[in-house]
Amino acid sequence: MAIQTSINGKTVALSAEPDTPLLWVIREELGLTGTKFGCGVAACGACTVHVNGEPTRSCSVPISDVAGKSITTIEGLKSADGTLHAVQQAWIAAQVPQCGYCQSGQIMAAVALIEKTGRPSDAQIDAAMTNICRCGTYPRIRKAIHAATGQAAKAAEGAV
Amino acid sequence: MADNPTPDITPAASPVKRKGVKRRAFLIGGVAIVGAGLFGIAIADSNAAKDAKARIAGKGEHVFATWLKIGEDDSITIYSPHTDIGQGSNTGLAQMLAEELDAAWDQVRLVSAPAEPSFANVGLGRGFLSEMTGQPAIINGVPASFLSFIARQMNLQITGGSSALRFTGQQTFQKVGAATRLALIETAAKRLNVPAAELTTQDSKVIHAKSSRTLRYGELAAEAATLSLDNAPKLKDPEQYRLMRQSIARLDIPAKVDGTAQYGMDFALPDMRVATIMAAPVRGGKLTSVDTAPALAIKGVEKVIKLDDAVAVIGKGYWPAISGLRALSPSFSDGGNAGVSTASIFTAHDALIAKGAADNEAGAGDVKAGLGAKPIEAKYQVPFLHHAMMEPFALTAHFKDGKLNIWGGMQDPLATKMAAVEVSGLDADNVTFHPMIIGGSFGRRLPMYMEIVGQVTKLAMQLPYPVKLIWSREEEVAQGAYRPQSSAVLTASLTDKKRIAAYQNNYVQPESAEDETVFPYVLPAVSRRHFAHVSNQNTGAWRSVNSTQQGFYNESFMDELAHAAGEDPVAFRRNHLKAGSRHMRVLDEVATRSGWGTPLPAGRGRGVALVESFKTIVAHVIEASVGEDGMPMVHKVTTVVDAGSIVNPDAAQAQIEGGTIMGLSSAIGEAITLDKGAVQQSNLSDYLLLKMAQSPLVQDIYFLNSGADMGGIGEPGVPPAAPALANALFAATGKRVRNLPIMTQAKG
Repeated sequence: MAIQTSINGKTVALSAEPDTPLLWVIREELGLTGTKFGCGVAACGACTVHVNGEPTRSCSVPISDVAGKSITTIEGLKSADGTLHAVQQAWIAAQVPQCGYCQSGQIMAAVALIEKTGRPSDAQIDAAMTNICRCGTYPRIRKAIHAATGQAAKAAEGAV
Repeated sequence: MADNPTPDITPAASPVKRKGVKRRAFLIGGVAIVGAGLFGIAIADSNAAKDAKARIAGKGEHVFATWLKIGEDDSITIYSPHTDIGQGSNTGLAQMLAEELDAAWDQVRLVSAPAEPSFANVGLGRGFLSEMTGQPAIINGVPASFLSFIARQMNLQITGGSSALRFTGQQTFQKVGAATRLALIETAAKRLNVPAAELTTQDSKVIHAKSSRTLRYGELAAEAATLSLDNAPKLKDPEQYRLMRQSIARLDIPAKVDGTAQYGMDFALPDMRVATIMAAPVRGGKLTSVDTAPALAIKGVEKVIKLDDAVAVIGKGYWPAISGLRALSPSFSDGGNAGVSTASIFTAHDALIAKGAADNEAGAGDVKAGLGAKPIEAKYQVPFLHHAMMEPFALTAHFKDGKLNIWGGMQDPLATKMAAVEVSGLDADNVTFHPMIIGGSFGRRLPMYMEIVGQVTKLAMQLPYPVKLIWSREEEVAQGAYRPQSSAVLTASLTDKKRIAAYQNNYVQPESAEDETVFPYVLPAVSRRHFAHVSNQNTGAWRSVNSTQQGFYNESFMDELAHAAGEDPVAFRRNHLKAGSRHMRVLDEVATRSGWGTPLPAGRGRGVALVESFKTIVAHVIEASVGEDGMPMVHKVTTVVDAGSIVNPDAAQAQIEGGTIMGLSSAIGEAITLDKGAVQQSNLSDYLLLKMAQSPLVQDIYFLNSGADMGGIGEPGVPPAAPALANALFAATGKRVRNLPIMTQAKG
């Protein structure tokens, strides 16, 4: 029986096997490829999406666990008129991405952190932003989070 | 790899040494190219140019020197032979060409060059050759057509060696821009009936100020494209730059923040299946048997395919495919490598150095006499390192109607195509590789270890539908092309004036580092001896290649010698550098800017390291302490860079930031270890990469821009990071860490 869930505001019925990780349904069944496969064991965070607002590593959550829940992916972050989320804009302003592969997950983790804390401190950023970036964009991620939350002065004296 | 015939290309008069260039010569296409030359302006020969034009010119579009297309609507399209892996080089290349062309930046578009021989990268060949041989003079005066032929023979379309801007950019793109601008001016002069000297250019227009007339590049392109281009156009004086040396926003970034960028992993075709694979866990082994039934019993699994050394499962999606693969219990032989372990490799290293028969020696002076009876000695060891690119390998292939198409991201699209040609047995005309955005590489996707190309080709050739082969992260970690495990024993003696009398570096790894690494200190006697040892592992270029381990050995040992001499580590290094040299200036700047010598909070120490790689000199001063968990804590990194000149300052800074963090990551936690011939790490859960919380809160980076020849920028931030950190921990704790990764070794 199909599992019903909501993705980026749209109700969908998922036909995959119930043990299929949410990541592969998002990517292969729904064709939303902004959410990335990095490790498959919830170690890297490239697959981070929001499940009922909580940052969640979708490679390690079977779809049977998300029935009836509300899921947001990177594609669902823009507003209806196509305007980028403030965090996405801050990412461009700080020229954060290099290879870019981890950045959907980083942005989803950052949005969730900001929604929870308002203006995260460096310690809160360290604790929450555990996604791996092999290119080493951490200083710019930090700077972009500060900038997106009106902590520009802090960003200036901070990492970059 | 591509097995092209080696053309006889050694000019008779070239006194070129051959030793030490094998690795990179192989690396750029499997052809020994020493002594070959590539040309003045890197404009391809006429046949290649004609082919290139046929491939890219649409209606109302006019091609200049292969790499540039100007539309009658004023659009400007630049074809890059490089793969932008996130290092920003394609934006930089566009800046360089558009600068000399005086193009309107908002009309400039940059796309990947087709993976075809007519787009072989001749400028890159020239750069590598001059660096490899150290004798750029021999490559001048060789006809362009001949050089283009060589580049095509080498399938040269590689990204690596921190080369894009300094070779392709300077040797080709700036010249193409400048020569095309001259052709546009010549055309305008004729049309306006005025002397060319009265014309200027700006924002894709030719302007005749006297008569207030202007002509758009789009109006001139058709006629200008029929002219012969100047092979040696005068380039702009840097004071005239409007695009170069500016922090222009990278072209690739917007698509990387909204999920629309399409990587090889994201490619899909109708009716496509997904495959995943497991190769022999012990490198060198073969598949001996596998019962396919447990995989085929899983819903969504369609096929199990046995390859010589691997087994692949094909399914409707990745999840059934990987579930099927995990259900199998394949048997593999070990190729006689079951006795290989991390410890056995280090034991073999020790034995080679003890035996003393070096495979390659370099240096000057009487080291033996200088070292005397009781030299200072230290042994260093570094592990295999995994590239850990965030996007695991993923290539899609489809064989239909006698034609094979492959999509994905590799560091040399043309060599990828040629590898597929070789494996498939098809004619080159029937094989097309479609380059896509790459999710990290750091050397992993270079042609010499592209086994996935062979794998996906073999799968596609026997499947009636398109197939995307994805390597699991487990496969990625177990089947890497690692930076080699390496050892070094360094010895030196000091005079009674605290100067180094003699210095020797005996190191063991698969290949010599001599042609790539730079030892900047001026000493009376110095010797570098390479001892070759090869394990069963695939080893290769890892961001900054040999400069990482060599930088760690030399800059750690220089620190040890400074302490043995009772001197400050910066002052000690200064005493051994040439006065007024670029190295000394970089060192002095980093000392000043880091507050070297000023007091620090208790428990913290400062360490310095200075390494030149890819013609760029980088010094880090790191402030570090040991955390409660015993792991290193990096508080601040001050960096001074002299890359000669910089094309895009913000993009260059990003590369130094990231390179420094990658260097710290490898120093602190990364290691691939072996037991019974197989890799022990399984995923990113036990191959430990640096995270946000462990990366330095402060990175102060300064560029000196000395005006020297342009150096690379993607790699040189890496090598000084590990020794600067180890030196800082010594300053903080008195514990000298000589074996990487550091982990908790500096704990009190």
